[in-house]
Amino acid sequence: MEKKLEKQLSEEFKNMVDKNNPQSSIIKDCIFAFVIGGLICDVGQFFMNMFLSLGVPQENVGYYVATVMVFLGAFLTGLGIYDNVAKYAGAGTIVPITGFANSIVSPAMEFKREGYILGVGARMFIIAGPVLVYGISSSVIVGIIYYFIKYFAK
Amino acid sequence: MDYIRAFIVGGLICVIGQILMDKTKLTPARILVSFVTLGVILGALGIYEPLVKYGKAGATVPLPGFGYSLAKGAFKGVDEYGLIGAFTGGVTGTAAGIAAAVFFGYLMAIIFSPKMKK
Repeated sequence: MEKKLEKQLSEEFKNMVDKNNPQSSIIKDCIFAFVIGGLICDVGQFFMNMFLSLGVPQENVGYYVATVMVFLGAFLTGLGIYDNVAKYAGAGTIVPITGFANSIVSPAMEFKREGYILGVGARMFIIAGPVLVYGISSSVIVGIIYYFIKYFAK
Repeated sequence: MDYIRAFIVGGLICVIGQILMDKTKLTPARILVSFVTLGVILGALGIYEPLVKYGKAGATVPLPGFGYSLAKGAFKGVDEYGLIGAFTGGVTGTAAGIAAAVFFGYLMAIIFSPKMKK
């Protein structure tokens, strides 16, 4: 009898928590995503300003920033730091290009025991692969459309 | 000033991703794919360009910025080489990021092992 009541109470409590949780947690999630995502972009801004002041031309500076940010994302993932931050940051660590690097290193490390070809070599593209497939394909389509618009506008 | 703008633009793009994740149960993989594709479309329509001018790294570091570079590269390729540029341009424009991701991704995966989950 007492057990039954206890179970019922704990279930009611769980329902209450579930009902109250989503709304407050989405705001908290968004604040974390905003702050950490913003900070990662500021790190990128720092390197952009640094390379510009070192005399890198404006049109090439993006290459430098992308390379450094990808390196940092991959390195911090290897150290296990990136995933600890990601627990709180959610999209704040997923959406920047460092998250793209993270999506490569994490599965590649995880599947190392399956070997260097089909383990590391293949699994590193489990998320990056689709990103490249859709990204590159849509850029080809956009390029072809642009070509024909230019052609007929002449 | 650069830093404040980059922080706000970059932060807001991440918040959009966070809302999508919480409200629609989209997995991170789908978020990444849609953001890059969206970046290509917005870049091609010329909508992303002002964001890059204003937010600088705040707009180029998030993944829509990667899509924007793909679209910009494809346009540049077409301008320089005609139709074949649609195929060469996108990857050319993002070659540094892609090669760095493959190279450093592989290197780090070889050097490090997964940490114990707490």
